[in-house]
Amino acid sequence: MPAPALTLARAAGRLSRGLGRGGGTSLPGKVLLRLRPGAVAELAADLPRGATLISATNGKTTTARLTTAAAKGAGWRLIANTAGANLLSGVATALLDGVAAEPNADAALFEVDEAALPEVARQLQPRVVVLMNLFRDQLDRYGELERLVQDWAGMIDDLPSDATLVLNADDPAVASLHDARRKTLLFGLDDPWLALPALPHAADSTRCRRCGARLVYEQVTVGHMGHWACPDGHLARPQPDVRAVRVRLEGTEGLALRVVTPAGEIEATPRLPGVHNAYNVTAAIAAALAMGVPADGIGDAVGGAAAAFGRGERVALDGRELVLLLAKNPAGANETVRTVLLDPEPLHLLIALNDRTADGHDVSWIWDVDYEPLLGRIAQLTVTGERAHDLALRFRYAGMELGRLRVEPHLERAMDAAVADAPVGATVYVLPTYTAMLGMRQVLVERGAAAAFWRDG
Amino acid sequence: MSVVRLGHLYPDEMNIYADRGNIAVLDARLRWRDHGLAVDALEPGDRLEPGQHDLFYLGGGQDRDQAIVARDLVATKAAGLRASVEGGAAVLCVCGGYQLAGHGYTAVDGSRMPGLGLLDLDTVAGPTRLIGDLVIEAELDGERHRVVGFENHAGRTRLGPGARPLGTVLSGHGNNDHDGGEGAVAGRVVGTYLHGPLLPKNPWLADVILAWALEHRTGSRLDLPPLDDELERAAHEVAVGRPTRR
Ligand SMILES: [Zn+2]
Repeated sequence: MPAPALTLARAAGRLSRGLGRGGGTSLPGKVLLRLRPGAVAELAADLPRGATLISATNGKTTTARLTTAAAKGAGWRLIANTAGANLLSGVATALLDGVAAEPNADAALFEVDEAALPEVARQLQPRVVVLMNLFRDQLDRYGELERLVQDWAGMIDDLPSDATLVLNADDPAVASLHDARRKTLLFGLDDPWLALPALPHAADSTRCRRCGARLVYEQVTVGHMGHWACPDGHLARPQPDVRAVRVRLEGTEGLALRVVTPAGEIEATPRLPGVHNAYNVTAAIAAALAMGVPADGIGDAVGGAAAAFGRGERVALDGRELVLLLAKNPAGANETVRTVLLDPEPLHLLIALNDRTADGHDVSWIWDVDYEPLLGRIAQLTVTGERAHDLALRFRYAGMELGRLRVEPHLERAMDAAVADAPVGATVYVLPTYTAMLGMRQVLVERGAAAAFWRDG
Repeated sequence: MSVVRLGHLYPDEMNIYADRGNIAVLDARLRWRDHGLAVDALEPGDRLEPGQHDLFYLGGGQDRDQAIVARDLVATKAAGLRASVEGGAAVLCVCGGYQLAGHGYTAVDGSRMPGLGLLDLDTVAGPTRLIGDLVIEAELDGERHRVVGFENHAGRTRLGPGARPLGTVLSGHGNNDHDGGEGAVAGRVVGTYLHGPLLPKNPWLADVILAWALEHRTGSRLDLPPLDDELERAAHEVAVGRPTRR
């Protein structure tokens, strides 16, 4: 790697930071990609254990964090990106900064935006690619789900021949990417106690990709995921290699999992609640194994990892506990609703809806979320954000008693009101979209209640 | 008290823009006035009997589902729908459903998807998608109101002489990003690219359609008493302000 391109790119990052422009999280990568298009692959090729990419509509940040913990637990020196810097330029910047800070790094691990993944994979030539799920999300930005499935299939065709795929057997669209000629590790949930009574309204990939018939489910776990099969026998959920055979939900506090893997059983008790996090943990275990991390330390490392920024993060404020549960699309929001319902107490909820670019300008998705099970359990609901009134209408037409509904578009005032409503010692569940989460976190940071920015410790 | 019968066309295939919000609004606004809504899902293969339904709803779907639906519409439902409309039933179709209510849709590759022919219009895919907030000035039943929502479509729709636009674009793209028209109306058939979903923030439009459906059910025009629409008005105002504030 010739030094001038790297030096120039790093200088651009310092300059950007010096000018106070967004911490320089993607500018050095942009400069590098421009000056030397092959540089990213060259940097990654120097890493003894190469690069791993993790992508999904939901859960990629948490899974990347858990996988990072597993690799670091085994003594690996790892280069990783932070949530939000998951487009090509962000990944390139993280790699550039990482190589400078950790010249002896063993591997790189990046969470990657699902639409950006094909280009990132082409540039980076990864050794491991982890594909977790595809749900309906921000149609104004990502387009139809079917397009992403096709783009991912094209990406897999172009991967290095020795790359390992880690695929979710329970998502019919992701499982369809299985290619018998490639090294593949399939993961899934195999605990019959998890089953939902029926497919939720927001289920997406529910047809046989061969014949178009509606899939039949022996078990639905999250959204359209579960134990699925075509009624005419064309396609069925493949048997996973990494299977969570026991998933115990410990209320809104966490999980206890027993996972059967080709390298033996792994037990983990992560402080992350809900079935969707059981998928994240199982995916992380499969990812770590595919990367070559020894099995024996993975369970403890995953169990010790703290929640990622805004994704199950707990913050104390005025004697109450806020639990931040990012909810940015129907499938994700349905899981946060399901998780919150694990708390037996009357619920104090703060739901925040913004419509900026990172949230999606189109807010119609809230009508695809099944909020209805909350209605009988809500002590007080505050809706906030730029589109707070859309949320208010969503709950009005769900049949909510308007006396328990407060509409306060201003994030900070809404947060204070929701906290004041809750008795001291109670929990307030916060379900924000992405930029609303950033806004509320900023307030919490200013008040000294939350850490300034997620940095992997 | 009357129960409006709604034929919900392809609820499993044509629901990409949270179309169930529109159904929830129709249902609630009837219940709040001591009427009711009975919803029949009309799936692929189902035939429909003219006269049974007072109102039909057709939403938008993914391209692949929409192609399946187009074939089924023409094969099993077009005749029944046309007879229903001639008998005074109302139809609301949104986005992809709006395109299917016309004569047909020509894709980028030149392939042609047939339509129902309920509205005199034709749609041709354009080179880009028209995406964003959309505000129009609409006219129905002699009243003019602002209607607000979101659009996301590749199709450019042009109206023939048998339909008039639902409204004129105040902000956004509308039918074809060219002639300033949005949506289409012919009798009691209303089509539009507006979702968001359409009806929660535009209760006036919901009530016009409900009045038509009730008239079809009862044979006489009923007065719909006003509801407390304070939240609806507030949400409408916020949405109207979005295009310029972003
Ligand atoms: Zn099949």
